[in-house]
Amino acid sequence: MSVELAHYLTVGAMIFGVGIAIALAKRNAIAVLMGVELMLNGVNLTFLAFSRFGGAFDAADAPLAGHVFVVFVLTVAAAEAAVALAMAVLIYRRRETVDLDRINLMRW
Amino acid sequence: MDSAGIIVAFWLLSAIAVGSAVGVFLARNLIHAVVLLVLSFVATAGLFVTLSADFIAAAQVLIYAGAIPVLMVFAVMLTPLAGRDNGNSLYVVPGVLLGGAFAVIVAIVAIDAEWGAAGAATLAGQSFETTADAIGDALLGRYVLAFEVASVLLLAALIGAIVLVREDEPA
Amino acid sequence: MSALRMGRRLPRRTVPRALMALGALVAIGFVAVNVAIGYVVIDGRLDGQWYDVRDLGIGVQELREWLDDRNAQQPGILDFLGQHWISYAVTALLGATGILSIVGGALLILIWVERRLIGRMQIRRGPNRVGPYGLLQPIADAVKLIQKEVLMPRGADKVLFFLPPALIFIPMIVAWGPIPWGAQMAYLDVHVGILFLIAVSSLTTLAIFMAGWSSNNHYALLGAMRTIAMMISYEIPLSIALLSVVLLSGSMQLSTIVEWQSTHNVWLAALLPLAMFTYFFSSTAELNRTPNDIAEAESEIVAGFHTEYSGMKFGLFYAVELGNALFVAALTATLFLGGWSLFGLEEWIPGYLILGAKISAAYFLLVWLRGTLPRFRLDQLMKFAWQFLIPLSLLNLLIVAVEASVFARWEVKGIVSLGLFAIVNWAAAIILVREWARRMGYRPEREAVRQPILTQGVGGLQAARRLGAPEMGTQV
Repeated sequence: MSVELAHYLTVGAMIFGVGIAIALAKRNAIAVLMGVELMLNGVNLTFLAFSRFGGAFDAADAPLAGHVFVVFVLTVAAAEAAVALAMAVLIYRRRETVDLDRINLMRW
Repeated sequence: MDSAGIIVAFWLLSAIAVGSAVGVFLARNLIHAVVLLVLSFVATAGLFVTLSADFIAAAQVLIYAGAIPVLMVFAVMLTPLAGRDNGNSLYVVPGVLLGGAFAVIVAIVAIDAEWGAAGAATLAGQSFETTADAIGDALLGRYVLAFEVASVLLLAALIGAIVLVREDEPA
Repeated sequence: MSALRMGRRLPRRTVPRALMALGALVAIGFVAVNVAIGYVVIDGRLDGQWYDVRDLGIGVQELREWLDDRNAQQPGILDFLGQHWISYAVTALLGATGILSIVGGALLILIWVERRLIGRMQIRRGPNRVGPYGLLQPIADAVKLIQKEVLMPRGADKVLFFLPPALIFIPMIVAWGPIPWGAQMAYLDVHVGILFLIAVSSLTTLAIFMAGWSSNNHYALLGAMRTIAMMISYEIPLSIALLSVVLLSGSMQLSTIVEWQSTHNVWLAALLPLAMFTYFFSSTAELNRTPNDIAEAESEIVAGFHTEYSGMKFGLFYAVELGNALFVAALTATLFLGGWSLFGLEEWIPGYLILGAKISAAYFLLVWLRGTLPRFRLDQLMKFAWQFLIPLSLLNLLIVAVEASVFARWEVKGIVSLGLFAIVNWAAAIILVREWARRMGYRPEREAVRQPILTQGVGGLQAARRLGAPEMGTQV
């Protein structure tokens, strides 16, 4: 018995799926952001698994490309969290709610 | 065949990661959800360590367990009259269905697909070396343009966040 | 009491003379034995027959090899765990026991040392009732704390209130892993050591928030929010300061950084003064110690995030604070003061003694700061981080980056370039700090217009005239 690529991909997909469910089902904007972060996390796991099992440590032309992608995903996640949470605070200040169902000013 | 230690570590960490992610969905209190989220991130960092990604694992703990939850906690604290109950919206059934379907389909594909050499590889195959040097070389060599764009993105996010939440100064 | 009031001098002795003599004798004997062994080892007389017993790393290595051999000869029933499981398990347990016992023992002693030293600095005696010279005070404290009832406030979040004392203890212990105590004496010598340390110590933030939030108490929540704001602000200059160390030494591994300092015969404190100052000051903020203890300012918000904790849970928070202070001292000694190396003397004296001495010196500096400086206000503290430390450490990082690339490319003799770097960096540090402080509106006292204080005592007016004050008439 050993741990293979498919195991990691399955775990990544499960985390991503839970992230989708949270992002779609939650009312609070901050909770939705948590779901998005979980989705990014699942993607990171998939990247690293492919990088490890795809022989990235031996690759001559582009070693650790998966790791580099994960670095960028981390960067984007940090930037996104900062801006999204700032927007949540701003919306709360204007409308006293972060409930996404009630933020419907732009709806047709 | 891998040694038993890494197999146990994989199953344990996966269980914690997925379980606490489900916990984020089920938690009734938003602060509890943040704590469970951190647990999930730390367990994922452990999974990264089993994949020999030492640099990424440390960065994951630093960013996902140290920085982002703190921001979330601040956001929760700064919105005191909003609901703290982590309630669900009308989309709960389609959301769960979509998420579950996605997870199941990708899992089936991952298990069923023919991965070639990558599918036959095991964790014991390659030796563990540090990845920090190679990542640094790649970031400042092959991917230098993306690196610069990412730094601009971070700066834009920094300025944007400050501008957004700044109180209007009384004239 | 009356001695204090009468202004009589306190007795100078803090420890009984007999105990001091005994301790000195033991220490001298220990060092002498080590020097003798070092002489024999360097002489080559023991080469190949006996390894250097002072280096525990080699001993553990021998133990590992022996265990592996044994395991290979007669396989046990647990071999499905892997080839080397027994040597891994045994050495891991040995190292963990060593770290726990050293840190735990140091914590017990440090409580006495710190209170005693601060007492000295504030012209009082410090603990002196329990045992000779108060030496048993930590044990009495521990017994008292264990006996106390652990209260749970009504309305507190049960789980989140229960967890933080344990959660906050884990990063404190784990952070000790990568510290190298000798040539091969690091428990967890990870390649990304510094990043690992920053990551692990950032976990404390969330535990503090959990403690403050779950207490259901305004003071606790205020303290927690203050702590978080302070910690995430000061993490940036701290990381940048550590980054300049990484740039110059070219590695994130702590043992490699120590070896770099050892081979170049220089302490990074001499090369990177501004980085060391930034690191030290930022870590006092991370530690919640005076001058930056606004997180638990007793006079403002009772005790901050651990207001509601009692008994041994409070004891754990207290121990973690001391342990983190000791860890900051250890990291300062490792990164900036040469670690276990001491210009060749480490051949004679074991590295862990040298590191211990350096840790003690750095820790004394922390206690000194705590005993001397008053507390900052919250806005002053945040302003200091964002407007002073971060720009300065960024500029410093720029200078160090240029120097590091010069050092890596040009074939200059190490001593020449390093000496040049030291001069440049010290000059840059002094000029940057001075000019930036002026830009922020600080004027040194001797340049400020000093208003003479006129008293009714003899000579007040003459003194004022001598200082060049304008004539003030008969304002007395």
